[in-house]
Amino acid sequence: MIGVPLAQGGLKIQEPGGSDACAAANDFCPSWIAENIDRYWTPLLEHVYLTVVPVTIGFAISLALAIIAHRRRWLTGPIITVTGIFFAIPSVAAFFLLQPLTGLGYNTAMVALVSYTLLIIFRSITLGLRNVPVDTRDAALGQGLTSRQVLWSVELPMAFPEIIAGLRIATSTTVGLAALAVFAGAGGLGTEILLDKRFKSNVATAGGLAILLAAALDLLLLAVQRLGTPWQRARA
Amino acid sequence: MSVALAVLGDFGEAIEFIFKERESVSGGVQIGGIPELSAFGATHMKVSIIAIVIAAVAAIPLALWLGHIGRGDFLATATSNVGRAVPSLALLAFFISFIGLGETNVIVVLALLAVPPLITTTYVGVRQVDRDAVDAARGQGLTGMEIVRKVELPLALPSIFGGLRTAAVIVVATATIAPLANVRTLGEPIITPQTYGFVGQLGAAIVVAVITLAVDFLFARLQRAVTPAGLKLAEPAARRRFSFPTKRSLKAT
Repeated sequence: MIGVPLAQGGLKIQEPGGSDACAAANDFCPSWIAENIDRYWTPLLEHVYLTVVPVTIGFAISLALAIIAHRRRWLTGPIITVTGIFFAIPSVAAFFLLQPLTGLGYNTAMVALVSYTLLIIFRSITLGLRNVPVDTRDAALGQGLTSRQVLWSVELPMAFPEIIAGLRIATSTTVGLAALAVFAGAGGLGTEILLDKRFKSNVATAGGLAILLAAALDLLLLAVQRLGTPWQRARA
Repeated sequence: MSVALAVLGDFGEAIEFIFKERESVSGGVQIGGIPELSAFGATHMKVSIIAIVIAAVAAIPLALWLGHIGRGDFLATATSNVGRAVPSLALLAFFISFIGLGETNVIVVLALLAVPPLITTTYVGVRQVDRDAVDAARGQGLTGMEIVRKVELPLALPSIFGGLRTAAVIVVATATIAPLANVRTLGEPIITPQTYGFVGQLGAAIVVAVITLAVDFLFARLQRAVTPAGLKLAEPAARRRFSFPTKRSLKAT
């Protein structure tokens, strides 16, 4: 039988540290946070996992789809329609719709989170490939490159800024959605938020860590973009 | 084979839950069925619509004006970046713990989530208007206000409706977790499995998914309907769904 994630344990207001008057009043207490920050490391790591893995898998699938659609233009419309439907289904709903198939836990969260990244990343790769000037492509073909070589060594590198822009959107969106993965029984910072949603210190710490994670991953991708487009630095 | 049947069984039961009342898991109370779910649905729609209207009234005129005077690249990118980075669950929990429970707080949270996509798409939509068209209008003696109303707004409408579509989907989806703040939307069975069980959760998930897809479809239709005929010829409306401000799109103007 499929388990119920929130029936046991969840949603019970956890008793904040007894002796501390500030924590007992559910207030925002830096001292409580400093003492209890340890309990957030595991959920944070789970959250990193719930973000990085889906975006990576989503990128691989989207790249494959975009390359296929680059050759066969007519496929672009149908791919956007299908991934658009995945994108529109609320993640909380998807976590339950998938449970009869994939059970409770990581698998359900992963399938749902991957499906959200597809539309964003596919669109950005397609946009990037279409923005490559025709002259550039012609020049490469004229130099005797095969169309496969043109794709991998000219078109995709030139589409890099758009691809990274899409990955940045997909990553920060996934950090937010992964907070809801608690409904799929997959852990993450959302678990801590739901454990005691009235305790200001808890909400601020768990929410703050999620925002910091999104910012850190965003900066990382920005750095990758700078490293990956040396010609743009040279021009500037 | 038996797995397939079990899966079908879960969905079958969930659909029965949507249409027919039954006794709750903990016993004693009748749950599910059309009357209860339509009450949840009414609350769900009420908070969603109010939030979208508030966000649209606040964000669209501001972004139109910023786009018109050409200042706000930073605001457009910053709001959309920050907006995406704040998890909806964290924002709702923040309001619950720091401000309190209740419908007003839920509406504020939903409106805050709807603002960033509206600002970004409206701003980008105005900036993407052909500068020649604006210059032509100015040359014909139109005032700044008239240019906004008669040139920039109509040409930016497809982009603005793309933003409304994204905002509406986010709001209707996030209203699902409103029961955490004691607002009984369609998420109620999802949040209280002690009463509703997995069948109730799955039933509610089906209803939420169908409603969100309907909202998405409706706004896609609206987006197509408001696209000026001239733009339809130049560019298929579908392409404008994801106008996020990349450096290129901002510099293009």
